[in-house]
Amino acid sequence: MLNDHDRIFTNIYGMHDRSLKGAMARGHWDGTAAILGNGRDWIIEQVKTSGLRGRGGAGFPTGLKWSFMPKQSDGRPSFLVINADESEPGTCKDREIMRHDPHTLIEGALIAGFAMGARAAYIYIRGEYVREKEALQAAIDECYEAGLIGRNACRSDYDFDVYLHHGAGAYICGEETALLESLEGKKGMPRMKPPFPAGSGLYGCPTTVNNVESIAVVPTILRRGGAWFAGIGRPNNTGVKLFAMSGHVNTPCVVEEAMSISMKELIEKHGGGVRGGWKNLKAVIPGGASCPVIPAHLCEDAIMDYDGMREKQSSFGTACLIVMDQQTDIIKAIARLSQFFKHESCGQCTPCREGTSWMWRVMERLVTGEAEVEEIDMLFSVTKQVEGHTICALGDAAAWPIQGLIRHYREEIEDRIKARKTGRMGAMAAE
Amino acid sequence: MLRRLHATQPESFAFTPANRAWAEAQITKYPEGRQASAVIPLLFRAQEQEGWLTKPAIEYVADLLDMPYIRVLEVASFYFMFQLQPTGSVAHIQVCGTTSCMIMGSENLISVCKRKISHHPHALSADGKFSWEEVECLGACANAPMAQIGKDYYEDLTEAGLERLIDDLAAGKTLVPGSEIGRFGAEPATGLTSCTATPGAREVQNGSVARAVAVGDGTRRIDGTEVRLSAPWQVSGQMGAIGLMAARPRSAVQQQAAAEAAKAAATADLAGGTSTPAVQGAGAAAKAAQTAETAAQKPLALAAARDGKADDLQKIESIGPALEALLHDLGIFHFDQIAAWGVAEIAWMDGNLKGFPGRASGDRWVVQAKIIVEEGLDRFLERAKTNNY
Repeated sequence: MLNDHDRIFTNIYGMHDRSLKGAMARGHWDGTAAILGNGRDWIIEQVKTSGLRGRGGAGFPTGLKWSFMPKQSDGRPSFLVINADESEPGTCKDREIMRHDPHTLIEGALIAGFAMGARAAYIYIRGEYVREKEALQAAIDECYEAGLIGRNACRSDYDFDVYLHHGAGAYICGEETALLESLEGKKGMPRMKPPFPAGSGLYGCPTTVNNVESIAVVPTILRRGGAWFAGIGRPNNTGVKLFAMSGHVNTPCVVEEAMSISMKELIEKHGGGVRGGWKNLKAVIPGGASCPVIPAHLCEDAIMDYDGMREKQSSFGTACLIVMDQQTDIIKAIARLSQFFKHESCGQCTPCREGTSWMWRVMERLVTGEAEVEEIDMLFSVTKQVEGHTICALGDAAAWPIQGLIRHYREEIEDRIKARKTGRMGAMAAE
Repeated sequence: MLRRLHATQPESFAFTPANRAWAEAQITKYPEGRQASAVIPLLFRAQEQEGWLTKPAIEYVADLLDMPYIRVLEVASFYFMFQLQPTGSVAHIQVCGTTSCMIMGSENLISVCKRKISHHPHALSADGKFSWEEVECLGACANAPMAQIGKDYYEDLTEAGLERLIDDLAAGKTLVPGSEIGRFGAEPATGLTSCTATPGAREVQNGSVARAVAVGDGTRRIDGTEVRLSAPWQVSGQMGAIGLMAARPRSAVQQQAAAEAAKAAATADLAGGTSTPAVQGAGAAAKAAQTAETAAQKPLALAAARDGKADDLQKIESIGPALEALLHDLGIFHFDQIAAWGVAEIAWMDGNLKGFPGRASGDRWVVQAKIIVEEGLDRFLERAKTNNY
């Protein structure tokens, strides 16, 4: 278990002074000018050493991403865009940073912006987080007042603005190019890549898009050294991470833990255990809606990190678990996710626009059992036709939960269809 | 999902003075010429002021940002937070129904709404005070199930709890948001398992609840006077540097051409021994800009409109009131003036319409003006309906 002195977000629950003064007392904004004084290359090198991987779901190495930004401007300004459009079902970690420990994010924005030579940072927060937006803006105002950002930020001769921008309830705007479109005042429809944002992003200028948590951990990494961060967790999966647990655990919560903690330990220690005991566990969705479900027998030895989740044919995502006990209707739970993706498809690519609603309609019939057994294979084959055939990953995200369901719970689906046909309770339901 | 403008619309819309000031401050967050970026925040403020997003409000915001109406309507209908129909006069209740909340009982919350408000989402209750809808994940999953009422999150909700909230709202009480079961925020309900040694004075409420309580009623319409307007980036920021963005970013081909031009200029400098003063910043970009400027030529200007009567330049698509005024300042009053522009004049216009770079060429003004001059205004308007120019 992670020691308190190795935590970055020491005020994640917001129980202690959330103002700039309080944040400084906890060690934030300490020696920021000196960090900037070490230069761009040093910062990027330290972040690379730390092994920090993007915390928004895809897990791309953060230091490497920053190094794609042009070293010399060709006349265009560069921008840092921070993705705070936290909308993945099950995910509620960035909200805690923004409302309770906002100074980690603002300081991180300054340092990351400096490391990539950006003129300004735009933080794109989801529109529903009205109070979080107010809390974060208040913190930004405090920093301007104290001269920590703005002209000559932290007296480092570096000018840097932090702007807060909000969206209006579109999940797709969490996709980096859709986010940029939305930030430019358009519909949130993803762009084709290439060009990648580092070459042509916001307003056609070099841009890096990072998750809130990826940015917020940077100041502490630089203060304590990349090696400290790299020493926590398994190689290639280093550092500390905010985890969240929702659903059927006794005490759902958000908590900062070491990477590569076992799923069982995480749930037992912080989630208060599965409702009705570990034996009552049915399945876990490990990192937000797009990650395939993991059945209980695979959860026994599951390791919560990028590689550990991949071994279980799922993905680490945002590390926000949805835990489901034996009383859950797993088919219905996944069907609700299909409804979510149908609702949130931007409509740009045909396989996704048509596929998500088609898959949802079939899933709804599987919930009631009003289907034929062959339709399970047909559904699986449609998910394969959507996956990988769209501009952005929303098509994939809609396909994976269904594939996971069919992979692990095929018998249950068949059972329900048979029960409906014969009018008798199926063998599975009788257990 | 089909999202259309509501059948009955109010006559007009205008921001309250405080909201207008707020909106103008928001626009300064974005580079010059990129004011369209502010469209979502402004539309949302309009919705906060009125309770829902009306057609006049959409047009008002479009005019404020100098955007075509259709671009703003597109945004308004794309994003689900914009309510395109009237909502309850007291509150609009948004119950999260996605999986995390669903398995924790959000279906019961929805049946409360159906029972107490109306059977259908987005429909007003009999007394007009409430409306409701099921929304997708609101991002407070560790506090499921939950609902958003007005601006605030009501977490760890039960059926009875939601019923009580609706009753209290109907009775005119001000609610305190947050967890129904008394959790501080997103910590484990039975006690902290981490962060037990954090220093600092204790806060009374979590970050969201404290904000809500400070403002008071979270369901009230906003007129902009609730929170003091602050735009610190305007005083201590560095607007100038981002202001450079006014020039539209160039394509790879244009960039290469600029680089070559700069190289040629550098050789010429060495040969001639003269140095060119940089206009804005140094380097290839500035020199390339100069090269471009020499190729551009200012169009012939009139001191005033002929016979004191200017043509209605707004008939040309993409010219609005702001651009028309700008053109008048530059001595352009008539269609035939625009129709006479050549490549050099268009290039000059593209670079010198403050705040609207690239409009003259991008929106084909000259072609449009030529049609008006040669075929008449009526014929042009006919063709413009199908963008046939």
